[in-house]
Amino acid sequence: MIPDLGKYGFEVASAYAVSIVLLFAIVGLSWRQSVKQRRALEAAEARRHG
Amino acid sequence: MIALLLRDLRLATRAGGGFGLGLVFFLIVVVLVPFGVGPETAILSKIASGILWVAALLAALLSLDRIFALDFEDGALTLIATAPIPLETVGLAKAMAHWLTTGLPLTLAAPVLGVLLQLPASGYSFVAVTLLLGTPALSMIGTFGAALTVGIRRGGLLLSLLVLPLYIPTLIFGAEAARRGTAGLDASTPLLMLAGITAGSVALLPFATAAVLRINLR
Amino acid sequence: MSLWEYANPKKFMGWTGPVLPWAFWTAGICLVVGLFWGFFLTPDDYRQGSTVKIIYLHVPSALMAINAWMMMLVASLIWLVRRHHVSALAAKAAAPVGITMTLIALMTGAIWGQPMWGTYWAWDPRLTSFLILFLFYLGYMALWAAIDDPDTAADLTSVLCIVGSVFALLSRYAVNFWNQGLHQGASLSLDKEENVSDVFFFPLLVCIAGFVLLFVALVLLRTRTEIRARRLRALQLREVRT
Repeated sequence: MIPDLGKYGFEVASAYAVSIVLLFAIVGLSWRQSVKQRRALEAAEARRHG
Repeated sequence: MIALLLRDLRLATRAGGGFGLGLVFFLIVVVLVPFGVGPETAILSKIASGILWVAALLAALLSLDRIFALDFEDGALTLIATAPIPLETVGLAKAMAHWLTTGLPLTLAAPVLGVLLQLPASGYSFVAVTLLLGTPALSMIGTFGAALTVGIRRGGLLLSLLVLPLYIPTLIFGAEAARRGTAGLDASTPLLMLAGITAGSVALLPFATAAVLRINLR
Repeated sequence: MSLWEYANPKKFMGWTGPVLPWAFWTAGICLVVGLFWGFFLTPDDYRQGSTVKIIYLHVPSALMAINAWMMMLVASLIWLVRRHHVSALAAKAAAPVGITMTLIALMTGAIWGQPMWGTYWAWDPRLTSFLILFLFYLGYMALWAAIDDPDTAADLTSVLCIVGSVFALLSRYAVNFWNQGLHQGASLSLDKEENVSDVFFFPLLVCIAGFVLLFVALVLLRTRTEIRARRLRALQLREVRT
């Protein structure tokens, strides 16, 4: 399944690993921040109208 | 404008004004370099002009936060802003004061310190000329940076983070011109670019500086 | 209805809500298809062996690193001229994405460089320019973080972005002058001369599309977060006063 990466296997694998980790990190961080703000805003709106 | 300039010069040279600090810092950095890279003449003379440029740049950085911060804190900056001279001129005057009290002394000190770094004989004039051409740019760019961070408490470190990348083109052309001149190669292109950067900065950054001051003084 | 109507925060939240999942899904699909295609279904390069597969990450991220900054520049200009808050917040939102792209470009570049050039780092013009871009992103983000008042922060960071862009461009020329470098020429110029061969080109295009869509999706998401944060701050200030 995994193609024979030859002698550069480590480099290719680590390049992909690093990139995927960083992409997941920015997506995950952005998602978490979004959820946090949404909850805080909903709470504040509820306090205001409640 | 002259009045503002003279006032700043007087404040800087007064005791506690930080006038000599830049020069002393310059000296210390130059003294530290051989401890870091070894005393070998061949190596030092190769990197001497570059070290002098970097050290001068860092020393110029030191006194940047004084440009506006003190006036901002005691309210003088607001008064200056309402004065009949345009804020752009204020920015230019402040940059000039910085250059006269920091950039120019560093330029004059550099050939002397070059002796400590085994600067080749051909290098002295080039180091002096490139610093003379380039330090005004450093002062003007630094003044812009100082205006940007004037309202921020303990903004010194942030100021460095913002200004140092802006210094890179000046440093590259200045140090390259010095290096090439020292080696006897043609240094006209980097010299011209350096002069261009200084001219451009002095012509355009006062406007950006004024805009930023207005924002911070709202 | 002019285009600027969409810049109104409430309207912005309105139309980005349904668009956001689509953006993420299409980004995900392009990325998975592109990377899968490139990684599994393309041959090795004659000279570079399997490391050519790194191109599917390195080139798109490098492109986005630059484009993110350009988007921030445009958004900053729009803020300064038209005072649309969404614009300022979009610029703020884009910076972390841009710096991540820059980091990916730098790291994949370094990892690729080691077997190709024998070194993880070389002061080559392209790499150096990206390192400088990284510093500009850091400064921009640091300035946003250091200022309390949101409008002042938006104004100052916008000016910094504009001045920074001029100096970034200057730096590019300075760095090219300073060192000729190892990095190969443009792989994707419109002029066909130096183009990457077709078998790599198409999966690369898909990956680039994926990165672009991911950038858009993330900026939309993050801008929505910033708008909410701004509204929250307004509510909290009102709470404190009453």
